[in-house]
Order: sequence, then C-alpha cells, then structure tokens
Amino acid sequence: MSSEPKTDAGPGTSLAGYWRRNLGIMVTLLFLWASAGLGAGVLLADRLNAYTLPGTGYPLGFWFAHQGAIIAFVLLILVYCILMNRLDSRHRGGAD
Amino acid sequence: MSVQAWTYLFVGLTFGLYLTIAWLSRVRDTRGFYVAGQGVPSGANGMATAADWMSAASYISMAGLISTMGYAGGVYLMGWTGGFVLLALLIAPYLRKFGSYTVPDFVGDRYESNVARLVAVFCAIFVSFTYVAGQMRGVGIVFSRFLEVDINVGVVIGMVIVFVYATLGGMKGITWTQVAQYWVLITAFLIPAIAISIRLTGSVLPQAGLGGELAASGGAEPVYLLERLNQIHADLGFAEYTAAFVAPWDKLNVFLVALALMVGTAGLPHVIVRFYTVKSVRAARWSAFWALFFIAMLYLTAPATAAFARYFMIDSLNGRTAEQLPEWFGNWEQTGLILWLDDGDGRVRYAAGEDNEVFRNGTLAAAELASMRAAHQQWLDTDGAAGADGRVRLREAGLSGPDRDIIVLATPEMAELANWIIALVAAGGLAAALSTASGLLLVISSSVAHDLYYRILNPAATESQRLRVGRTVIGAAVVVAGLFGIFPPGFVSQVVAFAFGLAAASFFPAIVLGIFSKRVGTVPAVSGMLTGISFTAFYIIATVFFGMERWAGIDPQGIGSIGMGLNFVVTLGLTRFFPPPAEETRRLVDRIRAPERAGAAVRIETAPSH
Repeated sequence: MSSEPKTDAGPGTSLAGYWRRNLGIMVTLLFLWASAGLGAGVLLADRLNAYTLPGTGYPLGFWFAHQGAIIAFVLLILVYCILMNRLDSRHRGGAD
Repeated sequence: MSVQAWTYLFVGLTFGLYLTIAWLSRVRDTRGFYVAGQGVPSGANGMATAADWMSAASYISMAGLISTMGYAGGVYLMGWTGGFVLLALLIAPYLRKFGSYTVPDFVGDRYESNVARLVAVFCAIFVSFTYVAGQMRGVGIVFSRFLEVDINVGVVIGMVIVFVYATLGGMKGITWTQVAQYWVLITAFLIPAIAISIRLTGSVLPQAGLGGELAASGGAEPVYLLERLNQIHADLGFAEYTAAFVAPWDKLNVFLVALALMVGTAGLPHVIVRFYTVKSVRAARWSAFWALFFIAMLYLTAPATAAFARYFMIDSLNGRTAEQLPEWFGNWEQTGLILWLDDGDGRVRYAAGEDNEVFRNGTLAAAELASMRAAHQQWLDTDGAAGADGRVRLREAGLSGPDRDIIVLATPEMAELANWIIALVAAGGLAAALSTASGLLLVISSSVAHDLYYRILNPAATESQRLRVGRTVIGAAVVVAGLFGIFPPGFVSQVVAFAFGLAAASFFPAIVLGIFSKRVGTVPAVSGMLTGISFTAFYIIATVFFGMERWAGIDPQGIGSIGMGLNFVVTLGLTRFFPPPAEETRRLVDRIRAPERAGAAVRIETAPSH
C-alpha cells in the first residue's frame, strides 16, 4: 500500500503499525495452534472420541492427536508465511 | 538377491553419494563453515532441517512407541511437529534478521552478558551431546542387524563418514548432504508403509488406510481397521488402541509432555541454527514451512505404520504353534528383540495379563537369559514341580511384549515385502542417524570454537585460526560421540527427556522475551534461565536416578513445561526491579523487529562485535 507513511518518526506510523499487525497475525495463529493441538488433540480428546471423522473409522480425538493437529500445524505456518511476506512487501517499498 | 546383498548395495551407494556431495561443497571461510554462506534456498533448507530433525529415534523408535502407546503416542507426533509453529512464528524470522552464527550469540548480545552466553553455551553442548550419543549407537545397531558386523565396527564406520563430510564442508557440506539423506530416509519410510497399506486395506495412502476398512477376507462384513484393532485389544486385555488417557497417560501428563516437547523443539539449538543459513527473512519463514511440510510426510505416515504393525504383530503370532510361526519371528528372536516363553499349550499368546507369553530381552545378559530359559523348560517339563516360570521373572523385570524397535525394522518382513524394500529400510535408518549426528556435531563445534574460543577467550583470532579450531573441535566431538556409541552410558535414553526439558526451560523463554520485550535486562533473564534449568534438572535427576516420588504423578518428560513457566515468571517478576537494557541493545531489538529491508539488514561482517 503505497499510500502509507514510510517514516518511523513516532507512534502510529508505519513501523509501529507493522509491528501491531505482526502481533495480531501471530496471536491469532498461536490461538489456532493451541486449539488444534493441545485443545482438540489433548484436552477435548476423550469427548471428541465419541464421534468419528465422517466417512472413516477414525475416532475424532484420536484423529486430531495422530493426524489433524499435524495437518493444522503445516497449514498455520503456510498462512503465516503468506500473510507476513505480504505485510513485509507493503512496508518496505520506500526504504530501499 | 539376498537382503544382505541389497543392503550392501544401498548403503554403499548412499555413502558414496554423501561423500561426493561433501567434496563438491567444501568451504574455506567461517561463514561457509557455520552458516553455509547464508546461500541455501528455502526448500533445500527445509529438507535439510527435516533430515536434521528426524533422528534415528524418530525413524526407528517412534512408530514402535506409538504402536504400543496407541492414542498417547500422539504426544510425540504433536510435540515434535507443534514446536515448528512456535519456531516459525516466534523465533526463526527474528533470529535470521539478527544474523549471527549461533544461539548463544543472540543470548549473549541481547542480554549484554558473557554469563548468559556461557549458560547458553553449556546448554547447547549438553543438549547436543545427549542427542548425538544416541545417533552413533543407532548407526551401530543398524549395521549390526542388517549387515551382521559388530556394533562397534558400525559405529566407527559412521564416525569416519561424518568426520569427512563435516570437517570438509562444515554447514554447507552438511546441509547438502542432509538434502540427499532426506530423500533416502523418506523413500525408505514411505515405500514399506504404502505397500503394507495396500496389502491390509487396499488403500494407496497409508493415512486413508488407517481410517479405512480392512480388505475383505472371505465375504465377511467389512470392518474398520481401528475398530478391529480396538476389539482385538479388548479381547486380549489391552486398553483400546484409540482410547484417550489410559494410565499412566492421564490428561495432565499428555498435556505437559506434549507442551514440553513442542517448546523444547522450538528451543533446540541445532534446529534454530538452520534458520541462520538462508538468504533472507522471507526465506527463513518459507524454510520453516518446508521443514514442517517434509517432516509431516514422515509424521503423518508413522501412526499408520504403527497401527498396521500392531495388527500384523498380534494377528501373525497369537494362536500359532512353533511350526506355524512366521519367518521374521525367528530372525528377530536371535537379536533378543522378541522372545516366546510358552505356558505349555504349545501356542503363542500375546496378551496384557499374566497369561502373556511374548517378551523382549532388554538388557539381560545372554548367560542369564539362557539359564532362565533352561529353568523355564524344566518348569514346563515337570508341570511346575521344579524350575521356575520365566514369564513371571520377565514380567517383573518390565520386559513384557516385543521391543518397540522391532516395529519399523521388522514390519516389511511381517508384511512379506520384497528383499530390496527391507534393505532400503536399513539405508534409511543410517541416513536418519547420520544426518542428525552431523547437524549436532556442528552445533558443538560452533559453541566451542565460535562462542567460547572466539567470542570469550580470543576475540583477536584470525579467520584461519577460527576455522582451524572449528574443524579440530568437530573432529574431537566425533571421537567423543563415537566413544559414547561404543560404550553407551546406560542413561542415554533417559537423558533425552533432559535435552527437551532443558531447551524448553532455558532457551525458549530467553529468546522469546529477548525479541518481544525491550524491557527485560541481564539479571532477570539470567536468573530466569538458571531457575528454569535448576528446577528441571533437579526433578529429572531426582525422579529418574534417585527414585524420588513424582509430584502429582508428573512424568519427567513433561517437567520442562513447568520449568519454562517458572523461567517466565522469575524473569518477568524481577524485570521491574532491574534497569532496562542499554540504548544500543534496544535499537538492536527494534532492528530485528523491523520489516525486511526497511532499514539496513544486519550483515554478519558489519554487525557489532564481529
């Protein structure tokens, strides 16, 4: 976004905004990380085991612990790369 | 061709490949030696990280652990992958922007303290040696089982190979060799898994096979594999395979162990240092993604291999007479990984209760085992009037059931796959062990030669002096690691929990707070690290070696989670009473937080104190 100010002269400018957005992306993704792994895979596993993953023989809690959480982790890093690299491109233009 | 001939062929070919790569990527400066000249593309770096990360234990033991633990095996699956999310989001991009050679470098510079640097160096060396000892032993075991050479000869061959390519090419040689090793190990892991999945469930994808139905036999009603496995388990008195929270794996322990492994992974120096080797911050992020992607290939397949092997194991043993036993049983019985002590009915019974007849040798001496077998035979012959029931002794020694290492190593045989596939597994195991060992040796070398020698002892050292010290230390570390492999200290498997606990309780909070807080200064950070380390070390040493009662039943593998919490609490609690870091350090933090190329990137050559 070329309309944003490029200096880091004080609060509310590009750099502070960049860092705030970075933290926002990070906290959201970490929340999803904890929900998929420690939440669905551990804390709720016994309750989720009452259901099966549709169309398969996987009890749901077991599936999260052995498959689902890992798939979620890979996707979370993918999303992080895409979002952060885009954020970086927006914020670097004027400085070099 | 026999299995052995195939194994010699594969091992010879792969070793030749590793040495060729090492020669092609030899280096002449410290930047090439420690961080591969920061010129590694992110995909290749991800692959190298994956090979570095997946050790002999991941490759050989993990599927076996899952196979015996069922649901609770998920702590290893989630723990050893979940850490990469923390690494990607909280650590990798920032440390790449900081742009140094080692983890102690960051800790020492950010907290303006050589004490902090020394604590970090000590942890890095301890964690790495703990790990590397197991790798060298793994190399020896693979050699002895597949090629019938002495374990020690195997260890020496492994030492020579690692020595050549690590001293010649440093990080650059190691990285490109690891890329090749990744392909060897993943092929060797996937081919048997796919072949077994097709055989058992008719599905090409092992992950779909695990959730799918068993291939119909004789018009019977189709049944899900996991459902059948749960039913077999129930019949034999085991807890259901998919049931959550079976003692001793209650919810608290599963949670704490999974968390400690995740955080420990994110704090392991040999993993973090991989992100120093790429071109840019953008590449560091992508390389974290590729690393986990390539790791997930194996980690999503291991649970399938585990369940398939569990099914084959029970199905091909239970109810068989000595004549009906499959061939693999005889092969692996010789190694002591699996034993059968009959109760007199002439049929094998593998069960959870006192009627179990399948055991493993463990660490019993050959003579002891032979005398026990003789006593058992006498006990059988005299209908219990004389001799002794060997089953009781083995059960009391905690040796019920086959050794878990048998799962990956013998599954191809259980499923009656071709000889070349069985040989491929051996080459894969060696690739996994060698790639991890070389990465760890480099961390040891950089900790001693860079952090200790150059940054603390002799800051005036020239480039060639530093490179010479680096190479010498790698050479010495290979020898020490080899000695650990030849004379394994009995506690190696127990101290691996230590490696993760220590990394979780020391590095992780120090690095994360160093990046996300500009206020935390030297004293709080060092106090926090020391508190975390001492607490974690105390609990593990006391419970594992001195028989201290576990607190609330907490497994020593999970104590790192609490050590990490203590570290955070102490550091943040003390922060307000101590001065903030110097202006220069705060600018350093600003710089590593800034978007790439918004300011001048930190270059190693021009960074302060380099």
